[in-house]
Order: sequence, then structure tokens, then C-alpha cells
Amino acid sequence: MTDGGMPVGTARKRPSRTIDTERLVLAVGGPALALAVAIALTSAVLLVSGRSPVEPYVLMVEYAANADIQVLIVNQATTYYIAALAVAVGFRMNLFNIGVDGQYRLAAMIAAVAGAAVTLPPVLHVLFIMLVAVLVGAFWAGIAGLLKTSRGVSEVVSTIMLNAIATSIIAFLVLPDQFGEQRGNNLTTGEIPRSGWFPNLDAGPGGEIYGFIVVAALLGLVYWVVLNRTRFGFDLRATGASPSAAAASGVDAKRMVFTSMVISGGVAGLAGMPVLLGDSHTYSLVFPAGIGFTGITIALLGRNHPLGIALGALLIAFLDKASATLDYNGYEKEIATIMQGLIVIAVVVSYEAVRRYGLRRQQQRVGEELAAQSGAHHQNLSKGASA
Amino acid sequence: MHAIVGENGAGKSTLMKILYGMQRPDEGTIAVDGEQVALHSPADAIDRGIGMVHQHFMLADNLTVLENTVLGSEHLYGIGGRARARIREISEAYGLGVRPDALVEDLGVADRQRVEILKVLFRGARTLILDEPTAVLVPQEVDALFANLRELKAEGLTVIFISHKLGEVLSVADEITVIRRGTTVASVDPGDVTTRQLAELMVGSELPSPETRESTVGDTPVLTVSGLTLHTRDAEHGQRTVLDDVSLTIREGEVLGLAGVEGNGQTELIDALIGTRHADAGTIRLSGEDVTRWATRRRREGGVGYIPEDRHRHGLLLDAPLWENRVLGHVTEKPNSNGFLLTPKAARADTERIVESYDVRTPGIDVTAGSLSGGNQQKLIVGREMSHHPRFLIAAHPTRGVDVGAQAQIWDQIRAARREGLAVLLISADLDELIGLSDTLRVMYRGRLVADADPATITPEELGTAMTGAASGHLEHESPSPAEPAAPREEPRAAGPEAGDGREENDA
Repeated sequence: MTDGGMPVGTARKRPSRTIDTERLVLAVGGPALALAVAIALTSAVLLVSGRSPVEPYVLMVEYAANADIQVLIVNQATTYYIAALAVAVGFRMNLFNIGVDGQYRLAAMIAAVAGAAVTLPPVLHVLFIMLVAVLVGAFWAGIAGLLKTSRGVSEVVSTIMLNAIATSIIAFLVLPDQFGEQRGNNLTTGEIPRSGWFPNLDAGPGGEIYGFIVVAALLGLVYWVVLNRTRFGFDLRATGASPSAAAASGVDAKRMVFTSMVISGGVAGLAGMPVLLGDSHTYSLVFPAGIGFTGITIALLGRNHPLGIALGALLIAFLDKASATLDYNGYEKEIATIMQGLIVIAVVVSYEAVRRYGLRRQQQRVGEELAAQSGAHHQNLSKGASA
Repeated sequence: MHAIVGENGAGKSTLMKILYGMQRPDEGTIAVDGEQVALHSPADAIDRGIGMVHQHFMLADNLTVLENTVLGSEHLYGIGGRARARIREISEAYGLGVRPDALVEDLGVADRQRVEILKVLFRGARTLILDEPTAVLVPQEVDALFANLRELKAEGLTVIFISHKLGEVLSVADEITVIRRGTTVASVDPGDVTTRQLAELMVGSELPSPETRESTVGDTPVLTVSGLTLHTRDAEHGQRTVLDDVSLTIREGEVLGLAGVEGNGQTELIDALIGTRHADAGTIRLSGEDVTRWATRRRREGGVGYIPEDRHRHGLLLDAPLWENRVLGHVTEKPNSNGFLLTPKAARADTERIVESYDVRTPGIDVTAGSLSGGNQQKLIVGREMSHHPRFLIAAHPTRGVDVGAQAQIWDQIRAARREGLAVLLISADLDELIGLSDTLRVMYRGRLVADADPATITPEELGTAMTGAASGHLEHESPSPAEPAAPREEPRAAGPEAGDGREENDA
């Protein structure tokens, strides 16, 4: 910046820019490659079972052209997005929070009970429910964090176990003897009064989009800013990239593990909110489950980047919702499930392949640039000498 | 035995990678035994009888020597008795003294290196490539290694070895190739050149002559360590004392050199000083202030600079761009952040400055640290640490794996900071560096400071003896006639730490 006018300065700038564009190409190349492979493999599965390898895609795309299906997709994606952000916080720190599923369900359940039990003015009521959800999610993930820092228990194991425990706790708490109410065949936690509903956005003939999508988008923004622009985020990323280097740089690794686990759980706690505040207004036996696991897929697919996660969430939500049409047209909607699975495998493989390729490319380029620089340097020298 | 010498970034590693099939050449040919070959992978190279011993050992600590050796070549002699017999056979044939059933984590550096050599021979290598094999060894171990290498040579094997220590190269090689900026600049016979001429060939210009040095040691103690004791516990050995009542004082403008065979408590001392491990007893004072209980970050903010012994593990984020690596360790300080938020713009500008003034050779600050050569990575670390004007610098092996040019620069920077009152704890396996740069020398053995010496009179050999625990107390130079031993030492020292500023080469 300071020596922009000097020829040396400009010579130094140019290569870094080409590497940047290349980095962008590589960033997009990974997911694109993964998708192409997943589609090709799904088509292969279809071919082997004697079906048209193309028609299901056409059907799904046509179906998704309907406004109401689009609303469904966007709403589903909102939930997925928050769950995936929660997973991504862990990933950036090299922590595998498989417990997002238990965290969001427990959080939604207790937030629903708390929300139905209090009377508060409109905005406050919603904030109160969200706060409860964040605290419960954070608490549940915090147990895994504490186990890891104090006893060295792998968070993978403990969060899976906590998922199972959460399932049992919810099943217990939702019984009529505790907080539950019998509604026909369903058990619910009682309806949250209107003051605790999050206003939805009118999407015309398609129906209503969860107003919580705004919160989700803000979360994505906050996630990016915190990770990339704050000291805390730098420490977190450094710990994820190299725990030993981070420790030497002054990061308290244990505290970092605990803090990021708590944050991940807090965000996970919000994953149930779009449905709870925007649609069901109660926690019942039919409350969506398994979102946390889908969140892992999406975080992987989106490379832990808020925009990537948004696209990933939309893609998976599209497969979920648009696949309904397959059943009506003689295909099994499980084709979409197969594809989701293949995407995960393809993503893991292709990202690693692209990462390695990128590293090699860069090393080569650095070598070339330096050789070119010193070559020019050399020429100048010999010119100077002959003159 | 063929030696390849050259600055870092000169292309030695690239050449070795090509020979070992890790990288493909754009042009040119490789011939093995007169037959032209194309090496696409290390497996190809191994098939052609080319084996490589890397600078960073590639051994699994928790496996035995036998397991490490057969790993990946189980098809040769199986994994049981036959392999064990073969290992014994090789070990005896070349005098390597390797025990197949020892756990690698129990082995010292020199033993590990012999395991690496054995691994390569086990795979049937006839040509051995050794990447800076002596960087981690004490003089006695170096001699033993060279004895092994001569043994190999006598059996008709070819050894290619890369080194920065020109004295060693001259003593052991039959032929020397000097490369600079990617091309061969000279092939010399070791009988025809001196270390100084060799160094000049490498750097491409005349080396500056040694400057006379005056002491800059002040009166004010900067670091005072007293009674520092640290225990570790592990399942196998129970409780061990790794630091035993260590006391030392470093004054402003003083470089205290710590000699010792690796694994005698230096790493633990560094950990205790930087705060990644807390002492069980004793105190650490920084300019009189008790910092014993301070966390690492507070110490770093308080003016402790840190050049770690393993830059890949402790000093850098290899996959992160240079400017983020400039932030690492100083994220709470300007120009990297203001209180809560990072200030990438200022950090980037400052990274440009470091790259410029510390001569880090890189096409830009957005490339990852991992794509730079070792010497340039180290210059970035030194630049980063010096940029925060530390009061006390921990310099662990500051020039390990760094070429002559960069080495001189790093020494220069340490010396310049010392003139301004910096206190330095210098830990190094390079005894010339220790002796040349230090104002005071201490020797560490089994967690204790067992000896001290005056760098003005001590020789590397005498220091090496104390490092093995054979001598203690105050080491006096033994030679009765002072005129004689001074002369031969002049030569290696010319390229050594005393060698003023090596920046000449860059001004050219």
C-alpha cells in the first residue's frame, strides 16, 4: 500500500490477486464438483434400478416452481440454517457438536413450557422464549464442554449420549403428570399465547414465510463478523487450525473449548424457534426432529461459511420438500434421501481433493513467482555488470 | 557421498522432492544407474532404490521401531520375525545399533534418525537422501552419524546430503554441489575450498568479516528465575522431575545461551517461561514483577517475545495467510486489533512492512504460511516478534533449518535488539551459534543447570562434553597455549554468528 508507486511494489501485488481469484474458483469448485458427483451417482442408482436417470430431477424442479412449495422450502431452510450455523461454530474450532439435535429439541421443549407459563407484553414475550431456548441449548452443550475440558471426554461421544438423554428427558417432561397436556392422540406442552408468536411474512398465494428468517439472517451476519473480525473469533479459528500454535499465542485452550461449545449450543437452541414461534406455538410429539443431523450435512456442504450454509440449507430443503412429488409419479421419494447421503460423501471427498490441489497449486505458484522475481533481479544485475 | 548446499529457497528441497518423486520436473531428465527414469511418486523412487530421510522425522511415537519400519512395506519381510531379523541384519551391517522392539517415544533424537535411515535401507534403498541430518545433533552425535554414513559409503551406497553446516560438509563429502536461485552455481571438490569460499558461493557475494563485539550487558535484571521446578506424570515413568531447581538471571542487553542435548528440560523451561505450563515450585520475575501465575497472553502482552523451537507446531498457522500469521500471538495488540475488533487493514499493512524489512521472500501476504520455505517462515516469525518490542525474547533454535543468508539476518536482528536492551534466552543445538551470540553460557542436563562457561574462551567440543553430563561447574578452557587453538576456530566462525550483517546479498 505504501510503496504502490514503485515497480517492485506493483510486481508484488499482482500475483497475490491472481491467487485470490483462484482461491474463489477453488471455493466454488469444491461444492460444484461434489454436486455433480452426487447427481451422477444418483443417476447411476436410477439406471441400475431401471428408471429414467433424468426424469426425477425434472419432476422435482417443476414441482418446486409452485409458490407454496417454495414457501415450504424457505421455511425449512430457515430451520436448517440455524442448526447448521450451530454445527459450524464447532467445526471452526475443530469440535464436532453432534449434539445440536438434542440441544435444539430440549431447548424448544423447555422454551415452549416457559413461554406458555408466563404472561408478558408482545415483544418481550418472544425475547423471553428465545432467551430460555438459548440458555437451555447452551447449558446442554456446556455439559459436553465441561466433560471435555475437565475429564478429556470426546465431545463426539458425550454429545451423542446427551442426545439420547435429551430424548428421554423430553419424553418424561411432556407427560401430563409433568408439563404435558393430552390433545387427542398427541401430547403437547400447551399453547403459547399470541404475545409470544413471532409475526410471519405474507408471501401472497404461497402462504407465510417465517418471520424468524430475519433473525436467522442476522445470526449468519453476526457469525461472520464474530469469527472474522473479532479477537475472540481469531482465537477460535486459530485454535481450530492449530491448538498448539494457539496455546503458544496465548489462547486458553480449555476455556476456548468450553466457550465455543456453549455458543454452539446457544445457537442450536434457536434452531427450533422458527417452528415454535412461527407455526406450532407448542412443543408436541410431532415437533420436527433430526434437524441437528441435517445441520451437520449443511455445515459441511456450506464450508462453514454463512453464505455457503444458506445455499446448502436451500438445497437440502429443496430435496426434502420437492421430493414429495416423486411419490405421485411412480418414483420413491427416498431417491432424494439417497442423494442427500451421496452429497455428504461427495462433499467430504471433493473438498479434501480440492484443498490438496489448492495447496499444491499455491506452493507451485509461490515457487514460480519467486523464481520469476529473482530471475528479473538477476537480469538486472547482469545488465548492470555488462554496462 | 555428495553434498548439496545452498540457501533456503535456493531450490534444494525442490530438487530433493523431484528426486524422491514428490514433485514432477517441467523439463530435464533424471538418470539412475545410467538409465533415464520418470519418477511419479515416492513409490517409484523407492522402486529405483532412492530413499529419503526427512528433516522432520516421520515416525509414529507410540509404535516400536519394528512397527515403524514395516509400516507401509509389510510386503517385503512381513511384520514379524522375518522383519525383525532383517532389521537386526541391517543394523549390524552398518553399525546403526537399532533395537527393533524399543518404543520410538523412548528414543533420543540421534536414535530416531538412525531408525529413519534404517527404514530407508529396509526398503532396499541404494541411494540415500538426507535432508539436514545434523541440524538436531550435538557434535558427538554428528561424528557418530558420519561414521554410519561412511559405513554406508563403504558398502557401495550413495549418500546425498543437504546441510547448512559447511564445516561438516567439507569434512564428510566427496563432492559438493552449490545451488543458488534454482541453478547449480558450482561443483567443487572439498579439498579445494574453505568454508568461507563455500559460504560465499552459496550467498553469491563476499561475506562480511566478523565485527568486534562489545558487551551490551546492563545492570538491570529483566528476567529472574529462581528455584523453578516442574514435574510431569505419565503412566510409564510415574512422576519425573523435568525441571529441577532452575535459577537464572538475564539482564538487559544480555544474551544467555542455553546448551544441552535435546530432551533435557529445555522444552519444559520454554513452556514454563511462556506460560503454557505452570511451575510446581519457584518464581519467574519479569523486570521485578512476579509473573509466575500469569497466563500466556498476559506474559506476551507484557513484553515476552517468543521464537518457538517448532515453528510449524507453535509459531504458525500453516493454512492461514501471512497476514493472519502476523496477528497470531499478538491479537490483543496494535496494529492487529483495537480492543475488541480486529483491524485487518492495519495488520495487513504491517505485514507488508515486515515482509519488506525482514526480507521475507513471498509473492504476497495472502499466500499461506505453509507455502513459504522454512527460512522465510522463520524470518516472518522473527519480524513479528520484534515488531512488538519485547523486553525479553525466548529464541529457541532461531536459525534451525535456515540458510546462511537468513541466518545472518536473524542473528543481526537479535544483536540489534540486544543493543537496545533486549534480554534474550537463546536455546540452540548449533553450538557455534550459541558461542558466537551469547554473553553467558549455561548447560542444561537432566533438568538442571549443571555448568556455566564463558563464550569467549570455550570450544564447541568442551561444551559438548558438558552437555553429555561429563563435566559440570564452571568450564575453563583447557588448552595451555592460547595462540594455537584460536587459529582453526577462526574459520568456521567466519560464517558463524559473528558474521556481521548478511544483508549485503539483498542490496546487490
